Amino acid sequence: MAVQSQFAQALLDPAHPVPDGVVDPSGRPAGKRFNVYRNNVVVSLLDAMETAFPVIRKLIGTENFRNLAGLYVRQHPPKSPLLMFYGTDFPAFLDGFTPLAHVPYLADVARLELARRSAYHAADATPVPADALSQIAPARLMHLRFTLAPALQIVPSPYPVVALWDYNMTPDAPQPPAEAQTALITRPAFDLHMQVIPPAVAAFLGALRQGNPLDTAFDTASALDGAFDLTAGIVLLLQSELIVEIHL
Amino acid sequence: MLDAQPKRPEKVPNRAGVGFKAQHLDGILKDPDSIGWIEIHAENYMGDGGRPIAQLRHLREQFPVSCHGVGLSIGAEVPLDRDHLARLKKLVNWLEPGLFSEHLAWSTHDSHFLNDLLPVPYTHATVDRVVAHINQVQDTVGRQMLLENPSTYIAFEESDRSEIDFLREVSERSGCGLLLDVNNVFVSATNQNYSPQAYIDAFPTERVGELHLGGHEQDADDFGATLLIDSHSRPVVDPVWALYEYTLAKAGPCPTLIEWDNDIPEWDVLAREAARADQLLSAVPAAQAS
Amino acid sequence: MSKSMKSLAVASAVAAAVVSHANTASAQSKEKCYGVSLAGQNGCAAGPGTSCAGTSTVDYQGNAWSLVDAGTCTEIKLPEMADGTARSGSTEALERDLPS
Repeated sequence: MAVQSQFAQALLDPAHPVPDGVVDPSGRPAGKRFNVYRNNVVVSLLDAMETAFPVIRKLIGTENFRNLAGLYVRQHPPKSPLLMFYGTDFPAFLDGFTPLAHVPYLADVARLELARRSAYHAADATPVPADALSQIAPARLMHLRFTLAPALQIVPSPYPVVALWDYNMTPDAPQPPAEAQTALITRPAFDLHMQVIPPAVAAFLGALRQGNPLDTAFDTASALDGAFDLTAGIVLLLQSELIVEIHL
Repeated sequence: MLDAQPKRPEKVPNRAGVGFKAQHLDGILKDPDSIGWIEIHAENYMGDGGRPIAQLRHLREQFPVSCHGVGLSIGAEVPLDRDHLARLKKLVNWLEPGLFSEHLAWSTHDSHFLNDLLPVPYTHATVDRVVAHINQVQDTVGRQMLLENPSTYIAFEESDRSEIDFLREVSERSGCGLLLDVNNVFVSATNQNYSPQAYIDAFPTERVGELHLGGHEQDADDFGATLLIDSHSRPVVDPVWALYEYTLAKAGPCPTLIEWDNDIPEWDVLAREAARADQLLSAVPAAQAS
Repeated sequence: MSKSMKSLAVASAVAAAVVSHANTASAQSKEKCYGVSLAGQNGCAAGPGTSCAGTSTVDYQGNAWSLVDAGTCTEIKLPEMADGTARSGSTEALERDLPS
């Protein structure tokens, strides 16, 4: 039976004829009735995209966004029934979308929006008590490895992604500066927290997340920036409640 | 994270419940007696953690909950998505909902999720397929499922039996219960040109474990015939309230959900809809249940 | 840096960080689970505002890209980006770059 194949094809392609055998109650061609399903599929996915990428929508305007998302949802229909994660291919789609090539930061802003969603739905984790580190013998500290909070997200970009996000989402936020920004997204409890971090700090966190010991992470960050401040790095870990487990 | 299990596995009472929306949390918690239970869309609680699951845990501690799946694609020609089924099992085991339901519809094809409740032809082959899928769901999740009647906009030439005969056969063969969406009956009856009262008369109401009510919108097809769209964007209309009373008179009191998923109103508007259902429910003598 | 020096550096950084954190960590009120969703929700209704009037063939051709309004990217001035190129998101630029 290929009924559903035909049906599915026709849903995503308005030029495709209504599938055979799909009729109104009197047996006449379904016509417009079939379009209800077409519309439900596409409009619901467009709405999901709009909820998921509010900053992209503001950057290019609602109507442009819906036209663009209309292309996207047909080329990349969801592969999973979990709409909360829909849109993972959108940054790559934007990278390849030449009519918007002169707004080159769009794909990275979309990456940032995806990262925020991942953080929002990430597993809960209880941070270690702030004094946990002071109970460890000083000589052991450099060998510590950590499990970091699952919500941690780092988004590096040659564009001011955090400022672009703020400009569109925070009232009276200033014009984005012409600078590269790396975003750190954390979720201490349920609310997202986003800040700009220097590349060396991103390298430090990245090394720790990969399971490297503290001294290796320190080396990695220092190699990038000789002035990397380890104390500030550890304060960031504690303040953002990023350490979930300490491995001695 | 699905760790600390919420306590109080309570039966869903014969009262009005609402489909939970995060923006109503405050309103619900301020006036918890205004509803008897809540229903959630399973797929929205399949993340790993964070606020949605924390909210659900909190609500589960105060209310009986119904878990309503919207993405399993039970009517699909392709096999059920095992990963999705596993997620559903995990959620149901944690939540211990009083009711668990899904739709007579499909939405997945060629690994694409089409995000709508798409119709199936009413044939012997479809019965076989749907029964096999429901058996798989009930075996995996470890509990009875309720199957919901759809809102339909088209018909299939190949259908050789009525929707009611189809649902009865599926229910008897798989052992699943039925979720009777009264608004869907009204929408489909209008769109397919039959009497909604006759549908209720013929429906196996003894197998019904839950009722749904919701709002719809009106349009017209190519030939000018009225076409109703199951939009869940408006109050329940009077003819649907009347059909609900008609259903209660036959079926007896039954947990009744108010669905409002688009153009979501302030909490008090939804609470008034629930109060209206509660009022009609309380007027039905329990003994009348068949 | 020798191993013992590094050990000392790490140890003192940790000690300083713990002290600094203890001093700045205010009584952050614990967040409640209130708040609305950030992501698309699954539902079982017909798409919002949909009906069969003006359906897909009209609204969602899917193969035509046209610019009909402009968003905030037209206001954003990034004259010299990190990659050295001048950027702006003016409507003119958008239109100019459209395939004809």
